Amino acid sequence: MNVWAALTGPFSDYDFMRSALVACTALAMASGPLGTLLLLRRMGLVGDVLSHAVMPGAAVGFAVAGSALVVLSIGGLVTGIAVVLLMIVGTRLGAQREDASLAAFYFASIGIGVLVVAVRGTNLDLMHVLLGTVLAIDFPGLVLIVAISSVVIAVLALIFRPIALQSLDPDFLRRMGGGDSTWRAIFLLLVVLDLVAAFQAFGTLLAGVPLLLPAAAARCWARRIAPLIALSIGFGVVAGYAGLLLSYHLNVPSGGAIACAAAVIYAVSALVPASRGLATRST
Amino acid sequence: MDNSSDVRTGRGGVTLRDLTVGYRDRIAVEAVSGVFAAGSLTAIVGPNGAGKTTLLQAIAGLVRPRGGSIEVATAVVPADLAYLPQSPAVDRDFPISVLEFAALGGWRTVGVLGRAPRELWSRGLGALEALGLGKQADSMIAELSVGEFRRALFARVIVQDAPIILLDEPFAGVDVVTSQELLRLVRRWHGEGRTVMAVLHDVDQVLATFPETLLLARKTIAWGETANALSTENIVAAGLRSERPA
Repeated sequence: MNVWAALTGPFSDYDFMRSALVACTALAMASGPLGTLLLLRRMGLVGDVLSHAVMPGAAVGFAVAGSALVVLSIGGLVTGIAVVLLMIVGTRLGAQREDASLAAFYFASIGIGVLVVAVRGTNLDLMHVLLGTVLAIDFPGLVLIVAISSVVIAVLALIFRPIALQSLDPDFLRRMGGGDSTWRAIFLLLVVLDLVAAFQAFGTLLAGVPLLLPAAAARCWARRIAPLIALSIGFGVVAGYAGLLLSYHLNVPSGGAIACAAAVIYAVSALVPASRGLATRST
Repeated sequence: MDNSSDVRTGRGGVTLRDLTVGYRDRIAVEAVSGVFAAGSLTAIVGPNGAGKTTLLQAIAGLVRPRGGSIEVATAVVPADLAYLPQSPAVDRDFPISVLEFAALGGWRTVGVLGRAPRELWSRGLGALEALGLGKQADSMIAELSVGEFRRALFARVIVQDAPIILLDEPFAGVDVVTSQELLRLVRRWHGEGRTVMAVLHDVDQVLATFPETLLLARKTIAWGETANALSTENIVAAGLRSERPA
């Protein structure tokens, strides 16, 4: 087998590989800019927690309607938004330190999700909810992922400036008449949407991979926002492609392979000495 | 008040009537009344915890008064008020260039979706050059020193081109050369007819540059011509200096 065939063959031969690649690419394009802004806000942990917040709702959807994708997604969206609202209310009341309540959300989400799936389904169902089924995305599923990604990209393009300014200088935005919590809520809603789409492919444990790892890797290389976003998207696409190829040739689970590919990109980026110099500050 | 050229000539006054501001159960500013006349240059002086910052925040609209009123009289509402906080909550690691940062002063005209006009960039560059940051225009704000970043904040205020400018400890933590340059800029703003109020600690600086002073210790101790406001008697009354034993 020649190299070209090894690199392209799986995708030209199999529909499910093509669907998986399209899904990964769409997710990478939406997650790149979103993840970049998320990390600039130092909200990586929040992204991680929200990816789990999708699980209880998706699990209830599964218990009610089996693996009907639309129901799963709506359920995930509902609990994701619920957690966002709880977070915003909690921050405003200031009753709990944010990291403490985030940890509670994290474990509560997984716990509830696992219980609900276990009541109605098998261990295999549980694996699907936890790790996703990127190789089993049907056409409606693919349409949903691409549609959500497109919406996320379009909305983010429209509100990019206030979102970025809020991260740079929230007081200034407030004085300029920008509703502080409105922008924050819209931004978190986009994150939840993105995670609902990613959940379908990567499951609740790995849904945060396209959102966080490529953006984290990009931060090691670029210091301006446009290249940061472009690199995040590029790394996400490469990780998806490489992971799928790896899973095909080595016959390993694809979600895990994509996560590993993204992690390798991040590790190399963080270790390359040349990239360190960009992060220094002269004061 | 409806003449838009007022923005440029800076005809904007601020009138306080019986203003009281507080946080939770603490009153920070109590029953302050008076006028920052259009085109005036006023220093706000007082001991720590005297409510100076709270007063500026209330005028800037960041804190809602508990009682009384603030009347800001300018041509365009509410674009025409520039506020430079003592320690701005700016994320210095955010990937934005110094020029882009200064150009943020034009946010009002550009907004969420508008296209930044070329004139905005040249104004930003002009502001940076006026503050000696011309060469750093393309640097990232993370690369600036404390003093340089302070200049960048002033550049953003220049670009904002507001008739009323509020400065909270604008020279804190910067070296003498920088603070003198910034002081020159404040004088220029005064010359252009803008209304400037600045919270300051250095009494000599106030005496040398600021025609008017508001001496604040939660309540108004004195408000008027600097030499009168900063009389020994008033300074002692404000708790800025303890009375010397005879």
